[in-house]
Amino acid sequence: MITLMMTLPLAAGVTAFIIRNDKARRALLQWTARLHFLLTALTVWMHVRYGMGLNLFSGYFGGLSPRDHAPAWFAYDALGLFFIGITSLLFLGAAHYAVAYLAAEKRDPGEDADAGFIFNNAPETVFTGCLLLFLAAMTAVTASRNMGLLWALVEATTLLSAPLIYFHRHKRSLEATWKYLLICSVGIALALMGNLFLGAAGLKTGAGLDLPALFYNAAALDKPLLKAAFLFLFVGYGTKMGLSPFHTWLPDAHSEAPAVVSALLSGALLNCAFLGILRANAVCAEAGLADFTGGILMLFGFLSILTAALFMLGQRDYKRLLAYSSIEHMGILALGAGLGGGAAFGAMLGALSHSLTKAGLFFTSGVVLASEKTKRIADVRGLWRRAPATAVLWLAGFFLITGMPPSGIFLAKFLVLKEAIRLGHYWLAGGYLFFLAVLFAGMAKVFIAMTFGEREAKAGEKPFEEPRGMLVPAAVFFVIVVSLGLYLPGWLNMLLESAAAGLGGAAGAGL
Amino acid sequence: MHTFAELIIVLIILLDLALAVTGSLSSCIRLVAVQGVVAGLLPLMAGAGAPHTRALLFAAVIVTLKGAVFPWLLMRARDKSGARKDVEPLISYPASILLCIGAFIASSWMGSRLPLPETQVAWIVPASLATIFTGFLLITTRSKAITQVLGYLVIENGIYIFGLALFVEQPMMVELAILLDVFVAVFVMGIAIFHISREFDHIDTAELSELSDWRRGEYGK
Amino acid sequence: MEIIKPLSQYLAVMLLSPLLLGIINRVKALFAGRRGQPLLQLYFDLHKLLAKTPVYSRTTTWAFKAGPVIGVSAMVTILAVLPFAGRPSFLSFEGDFIFIIYLLGLARFATVLAALDTGSAFEGMGASREMQFAVFAEPAFFLGLTALARVTGQTSLAGMFGALTGDTWRVAAPVLALLTASFFIVLLAENSRVPADDPNTHLELTMIHEVMVLDHSGPELAYILYGASLKLWVFGSLIGCMVLPRHSGSWATDCGLFLLVMAAVAAAVGVVESAMGRLRLTKVPYMLITAFAFSALALIFQMGR
Repeated sequence: MITLMMTLPLAAGVTAFIIRNDKARRALLQWTARLHFLLTALTVWMHVRYGMGLNLFSGYFGGLSPRDHAPAWFAYDALGLFFIGITSLLFLGAAHYAVAYLAAEKRDPGEDADAGFIFNNAPETVFTGCLLLFLAAMTAVTASRNMGLLWALVEATTLLSAPLIYFHRHKRSLEATWKYLLICSVGIALALMGNLFLGAAGLKTGAGLDLPALFYNAAALDKPLLKAAFLFLFVGYGTKMGLSPFHTWLPDAHSEAPAVVSALLSGALLNCAFLGILRANAVCAEAGLADFTGGILMLFGFLSILTAALFMLGQRDYKRLLAYSSIEHMGILALGAGLGGGAAFGAMLGALSHSLTKAGLFFTSGVVLASEKTKRIADVRGLWRRAPATAVLWLAGFFLITGMPPSGIFLAKFLVLKEAIRLGHYWLAGGYLFFLAVLFAGMAKVFIAMTFGEREAKAGEKPFEEPRGMLVPAAVFFVIVVSLGLYLPGWLNMLLESAAAGLGGAAGAGL
Repeated sequence: MHTFAELIIVLIILLDLALAVTGSLSSCIRLVAVQGVVAGLLPLMAGAGAPHTRALLFAAVIVTLKGAVFPWLLMRARDKSGARKDVEPLISYPASILLCIGAFIASSWMGSRLPLPETQVAWIVPASLATIFTGFLLITTRSKAITQVLGYLVIENGIYIFGLALFVEQPMMVELAILLDVFVAVFVMGIAIFHISREFDHIDTAELSELSDWRRGEYGK
Repeated sequence: MEIIKPLSQYLAVMLLSPLLLGIINRVKALFAGRRGQPLLQLYFDLHKLLAKTPVYSRTTTWAFKAGPVIGVSAMVTILAVLPFAGRPSFLSFEGDFIFIIYLLGLARFATVLAALDTGSAFEGMGASREMQFAVFAEPAFFLGLTALARVTGQTSLAGMFGALTGDTWRVAAPVLALLTASFFIVLLAENSRVPADDPNTHLELTMIHEVMVLDHSGPELAYILYGASLKLWVFGSLIGCMVLPRHSGSWATDCGLFLLVMAAVAAAVGVVESAMGRLRLTKVPYMLITAFAFSALALIFQMGR
């Protein structure tokens, strides 16, 4: 099953490079996404129905020594399954959006009103191919059970997504691509260092980098080396995840990439990097270092929220604004994971809701861009007069992402806050609330001005026809997030709980 | 035999220093290639007894990649981009070399503090840390896109040596996946450099500063 | 009886050191395809200069006359401390390597003072350049000797080179190789050889060391030339002792071998001078910083061993 999930997008991606016909290639993209989602859903269903591997990672072995099993490269536990679920759902929406988007781009290749130049797009074959290979790499990341392999695959996602960011061939996207490539590659090189430390920590136990083996031997791992390993892994994957102060590539890449790519980067790729940190965190927690790792996660999580809040005020570009919002949510996830207990559950719920909401918002931002031909906030006014459906979604997305009830994000933020207070981190809770308020105010100003506001009639502006194919995925995602806030189905609750338990240590104990 | 391995370590450190002071882009590329090859041969020297077939094979792959393929790719990127032939450092060469020495002192201190398993070859940990630092130095204080790729490669070399020092044996598949990643990274970066030189007429990364929240660039109008 | 060996060593140094410059010139001539000066040219020059009457400018004072004398006597004193073929000379005490560094500094100071005393703009320029390079060369030399002291565990020069054996090379080859390289670079710079300075230059603007001694004449110029050849011997013999760890063989063979090594060092200097062009003035500090880096690395290596 896992093999199929990985090879399907891989094969489709390679095929996409050689298909000449646009229609056939787009159909391939859509059908691969649908099939992949079906397979993922099936896997999730099987795991929930039969309860396979929903406990901790080590639960696979039922107390047996991992040496009795041949180490498998790929297998799903609840955490990986949860993240692949998000990714696959997101990709399904993205694929449908991309088809509509590519068709629109083909008809009307880009012209950048901000910089006032005309540019070409990358060949659609490359774009589609890389998109599918990107999915394959992310699937493999979530399933990978070896930290070394996980590293190689995360680096692969960086390399495969770089051409996606450079879809619009102009200076600014090139600059963003270069920064993304270099900062993430160097950051992830540090994670490789962390892997080496991890290997050295388990040298006496012969655990290597195999995750179940590391869990099994957690108590015997060398503690100082393990701490060093966690630090390096945290910095490495934290760079990729966009935690402050390693986030510098993120706003650039997200603002310059096409909307569909921004959505995937924000909703799926950041999660994959987070998974890397969570794996390391789980090993450390198992070895009794939960306090140490939790403290680091909380510190940088809080720092990210703070940075995002400060940079959002006075932001001039609405896609950058969304990117900073992603940094904020990554901060909340890290904070939740660091606090553990109920907050870990909140973090998982937050990951799911944030991915869907942010993807929806980026999808909508693509439509706004198509309508207004600018990313400058000051130039977009009175959106509802020109594109009413888009405006509604834009505003809805704003309310969801800032955590208005009822939504999954509200629940997630609330759970994190509750846990912070329960554990007596009053200053943390106060700062958290304050910066969330700042964030809300900063975003509210922008979104409300963009949606309502006085619209100036621009000369020679053609009426804008809202592309339905690009709005429906966003609408569906928003509906899902709202319903998450109202009702959590039993199976999802179970999946979330076991995923939160997969964070290990204190997090698991708190439930 | 170990003295020989130690000499190689010294050679690696001297290559770091040379990288810090070399002004010509093509000799920088060559130095990085030499360092990669030397690092690739190190496990054959340090190990006791005859090396395994696996080690030999792996060393062969590394030497071909780092000694032949990467320099070729980078030289091609350099020629195509029509860049000026020197690295244009942002700080003076003496400052670079002093930073390098400082890094080496710091890394030997760190190397003595780290609770690492005993290695038979002296200096391997400080050498690897110093190499990683040199890579960062190249990335941060040189203004060309190519030197940033070189810095990335030097960091990779350093981490590779560090891995040797820790005796972490990764499965063959993982090692090869890592190498493949590095290869693709250099390849993709090479393409990016080509595009940068076409769009910007040069590969000076100081010009890549339009996207920023600090400067009033495009959006400040 | 034991006094005779050091005495004859010392005498040999005093007599043979001008020969080194002759060897360098012959090697350079060989590379250039010329016949070149006779090997003993410097002896002839010294003989000629000693017979001449010096000329003094009216602006000069005693400092001008003292310069060459202090310079040459500092070198003579250093050579009394420096071991020959790894065997001690007359003088040897704990920490004497610091003593010789100070003596070198004293000689430089006297020369610079004499140059400034003339009041000539060119000589002032040469003096400032000399001091500028010394700033880089001295730490390299000092650190190198310190590292050597760490390697051998001795603090006197005689002790250091006495303790240096073939085994030391086997154990600490990287350190010793780095030190040799560092000393060689310092030798080139301190003796105004080619990559740093050109002894044959005839343009005051490009001169460094030569410009400082332009106004000296007669016996004082002879002192300066002789002092320079002694200085070359000082650095050369450090390298010679490094690459030729003492054997247990007889005194005569040791000394013979050592003299051969000295000739080889001189020849190496000649080869470097023929193969390399002179560095741009602003690049010379880079070369000396490289030497400093070598010494520092050697010291760090040794410290962590």
